[in-house]
Amino acid sequence: MNRQQKNRLMAIIVCIVLLGSAAGLVLYALKQNINLFYTPTELLQSHPLPTDGIRIGGYVKNRSVKYDKSGQTVRFIVTDRKNELTVIYRGILPNLFREGQTVVVGGKLEVPHTFIADLVLAKHGERYKPKSVGKYSYKV
Amino acid sequence: MRRAWYWISQQGLSTQSFYKTSGRLLPFITAGFLVLFLYGLIAGLFFAPADYQQGDGFRIIYVHVPSAFAAMAIYFCMTICAVLTLVWRIKIASLCLTASTSLGAGFTFLALVTGSIWGKPMWGTWWIWDARLTSVLILFFIYGGLIALQSIIANKQHRDRAVSLMTLVGAINLPIIHYSVIWWSTLHQGATLSLFSESLIAPAMLRPLLAMIAAFMLFYGMIVCLRMRNTILVTDMKTEWVKKVLQ
Repeated sequence: MNRQQKNRLMAIIVCIVLLGSAAGLVLYALKQNINLFYTPTELLQSHPLPTDGIRIGGYVKNRSVKYDKSGQTVRFIVTDRKNELTVIYRGILPNLFREGQTVVVGGKLEVPHTFIADLVLAKHGERYKPKSVGKYSYKV
Repeated sequence: MRRAWYWISQQGLSTQSFYKTSGRLLPFITAGFLVLFLYGLIAGLFFAPADYQQGDGFRIIYVHVPSAFAAMAIYFCMTICAVLTLVWRIKIASLCLTASTSLGAGFTFLALVTGSIWGKPMWGTWWIWDARLTSVLILFFIYGGLIALQSIIANKQHRDRAVSLMTLVGAINLPIIHYSVIWWSTLHQGATLSLFSESLIAPAMLRPLLAMIAAFMLFYGMIVCLRMRNTILVTDMKTEWVKKVLQ
């Protein structure tokens, strides 16, 4: 490497370090805005309590999904294993919605611990495996 | 050592020797692509078992993951080419850089579209502004910007340097895309494949997936070689060796 090439390489490295730290600082400052959802615990601990246009994420608690008589309105509990919120939703649930699944729910916080949803999205895990579980030792 | 390096930079990386070497390699790259692509497609669509939660719907993974992988891997290649262009002024690096941009944009587009089609039935939405989806969309815009930049600058030397510099700036997005699912809460799940630990996908599903990833990368290699060879023939038109090749 001659002198000129060394200088150019140094200039590039300095450029990348500066740009990288700038990007890092911006992303760090915007952390709370980039996060897609609050966990129930984060939501209940935040002051002042945001109420409208928020998203929460967590597990659908086992045996908590209940439909009303018409079958159109569903009510279930979203938990992060510390705190839980009751969600009321009227609409079509995604394919992967089931008890134990992670979901993202959008809507508003009505009375403490009750969430009126206008959006229910199902997250799915990183695991892919056949239905016949026997041969594979993956945990769900 | 010094003399070997000198030879590499003068002869080994010349357009002429690239033309010769790539000509010899291209049949193998093409054959490898065809074999892996056909195996991956048939094994993935017909022989891999259905997923325990998503059923047959999960099979879109065999297009989505390889295109997302290619979108990022191509940008990584371009970043290396950009450094080689800016620091060492290696000609075939800048040729590779400008030949790669539209391919990268194509694969990013494919990843976004297949992801969207996958997201609707499984998540319940075509699109959400979570960190992973948004950062990949930004990657697509960066590719678009690079294509625009390289087509508005007429002077080849200026063009190559400008595109290289922009490529380096955009490279900051690569770690952001990769770590987006770890740093922030997102709807998109974390990584299934991992280099250093066990992958979270059953082996019978994994094999076609790896074959498809390799096939997509070989396809990229094939098209980039063809494009670079084309450009070399045009730019070196007046040299003796090109005249000999074209005879």
